[in-house]
Amino acid sequence: MLQTSSTFRQNATGAMANAGLQKALARAKPQFAKKRQAAIDKLPEFEALRDAAAAIKNHAIANLDFYLEAYAAKVEASGGTVHWCSTAEDARQAVLKICRAAGAKTVTKGKSMVTEEIALNDFLEANGVTPVETDLGEYILQLRHEPPSHIIGPAFHLNREDWEQTFRLSHTDLPADRVFRERRDILTEARLKLREKFLAADVGITGANFLIAETGSSVIVTNEGNGDLTQTLPRVHVVVTSIEKVVPTIEDTLSLLRVLARSATGQDMSVYTTFSTGGRRPGDADGPAEYHVVLLDNGRSGMVGTEFQDMLRCIRCAACMNHCPVYGAVGGHAYGATYPGPMGAVLTPMFAGIGEAGQLPNASTFCGKCESVCPVKIPLPKLMRHWREREFERHLTPPVTRYGLKVWAFFAKRPALYRLGTRAAAAALGLLGRKRGAFTNLPLAGGWTGGRDFPTPEGDTFFARYGAQQRAKR
Amino acid sequence: MTEAAIIGAIRRGLKRGALPADQQAMLAGRLAAHPRHLIPARGQRDRAGRVDLFAFHVEREFGTVARLASPAEVPDAIATYLALQNLPAELVVSPHPDLQTIPFADKPLLKIRFGTALPADQACLTQAFAGIAETGTLMLPSGPTRPTSNNLLPDNALVMLRADDILGCYEEAFDRLREAGDMPRNVMLVTGPSRSADIEQTLELGAHGPRRLHVLIIDGQS
Repeated sequence: MLQTSSTFRQNATGAMANAGLQKALARAKPQFAKKRQAAIDKLPEFEALRDAAAAIKNHAIANLDFYLEAYAAKVEASGGTVHWCSTAEDARQAVLKICRAAGAKTVTKGKSMVTEEIALNDFLEANGVTPVETDLGEYILQLRHEPPSHIIGPAFHLNREDWEQTFRLSHTDLPADRVFRERRDILTEARLKLREKFLAADVGITGANFLIAETGSSVIVTNEGNGDLTQTLPRVHVVVTSIEKVVPTIEDTLSLLRVLARSATGQDMSVYTTFSTGGRRPGDADGPAEYHVVLLDNGRSGMVGTEFQDMLRCIRCAACMNHCPVYGAVGGHAYGATYPGPMGAVLTPMFAGIGEAGQLPNASTFCGKCESVCPVKIPLPKLMRHWREREFERHLTPPVTRYGLKVWAFFAKRPALYRLGTRAAAAALGLLGRKRGAFTNLPLAGGWTGGRDFPTPEGDTFFARYGAQQRAKR
Repeated sequence: MTEAAIIGAIRRGLKRGALPADQQAMLAGRLAAHPRHLIPARGQRDRAGRVDLFAFHVEREFGTVARLASPAEVPDAIATYLALQNLPAELVVSPHPDLQTIPFADKPLLKIRFGTALPADQACLTQAFAGIAETGTLMLPSGPTRPTSNNLLPDNALVMLRADDILGCYEEAFDRLREAGDMPRNVMLVTGPSRSADIEQTLELGAHGPRRLHVLIIDGQS
């Protein structure tokens, strides 16, 4: 997708003024949190399962070289082929080569964020292979030439009228005066259209939620069944995935599955959790003849051993963005990158560089909600702070901010002076704003008063009051 | 070579070379032993409790359940079900031995075809390898007598499941699968009928897979 992370501020301003988006956000946001909580309330072991899930991923990453090699050997032993790819370009070429060898004209696709990461669709199209997204949300986005705005609910920013309009414009073979009485009619039309595609495709591409070293299996999780049709009906199944998805055993996978759906959609279990191991066996009634795994690194190996290693635990459930006040205010497109929200604010600087994506780890209130809901306990605020430090070290922070921080640091290192200064400022502001009760604009605080009033300080500073209270206790 | 480069980069990050032989043996041992982690208590019940919990979860996930005493009752149950849904009395049946012995001849008006489902088929009967009480999940592995298409293509998925095969947790089902042989090409864990909430976060059933899931539990004590 088009990387626009460097203009996050402008993107966010536009998003706040986008009435359709704000309507969608207002509808979706409370739902996400409510459903997750309801699922967790029914499972008393959930907290302990989070610890187990984090420990499993930590163990897998600490031995990632061993488990990747064990996994690849098992894939080959079960008749599949592993294509190791260092870069996005390597992965695109690997997929194209498989499509060409299969003589593929159309490929169906299950939902895969890694294929978004490598911008696979545009590339295939430019090379004469037509990709068809089959996840309902991804399908309409492909028709609208839009990127996903959420990693599990890609089209949640659209409203019903957008769906109807897009389908009318795109499905021109159907009667123009047809009526969509309910959402069900929209779904039925998409199902009809996509059935033809499933049956005609030469190659099916899916992602993977997990790769299992014990068996050489890839696991996908869907509710629609589109991923299963994608990987069952065509002659060739290609799994496009990344190295940090490998876990040791089926049991490890099952423990991760117990926290995945609950954190994501608030379901106990997604409708279809499917383990694929190699191609069609002798005697099998159906299934693909060929099974390929395009195994992408794209910078992930470079995170091992760094302060960002914890991020490799991520299982892409979207709980962090579902609970993020910033994401909730601006939606996913404002982040201008494949992965939005808190997890994206950590990942995007890794893919695009901190110079390009520096605004993302700054777009956080550090309320800590993301970390508190993460099923694998990734310390997301801490990781964003590491990026802020790197940004500051590399002198990428704007001069005004750097100067401001220096002034603040000067006083912060001299507590007596700091207290004197804040006391004087509070007293002066208190006096000036006595009548109005609040300031509508203040010099040097335009960033604050641009959006809301600044309340007039009443009485003494925090330090003074705290000190007085402590003295009174003695 | 790319594989060596990626593995090398990971090892540099971990600040070590290839794992020493004893540690490799330990990890290989973990793969072979595949130890379980915490299993939620809620599925750990006696047989009757598991069957009840399984049925409860299937229905909560918008599936339906019929409890039958023996496979002999299946033809009648299916004929009634199809009639209630206003569906033609036609059924594709997976060529599984347990399904082939069902006395379909008792219902001559029910048109039966054993084999793999085609896009035009509306209803299909498959045989579940196991049921998992913890979440009302069916385990449907692939194989010569279990085509994967039959789980997906028809709009009405009917699944026969023996009460004896309803287990507490996923781990027990996978242990049984291991006992039965190598990992099949495809293992589906199915929890309820297909759905999507992509349109305005509102749940609609029957996205690409079956709109209805009907589980026939054969509860004759054995």
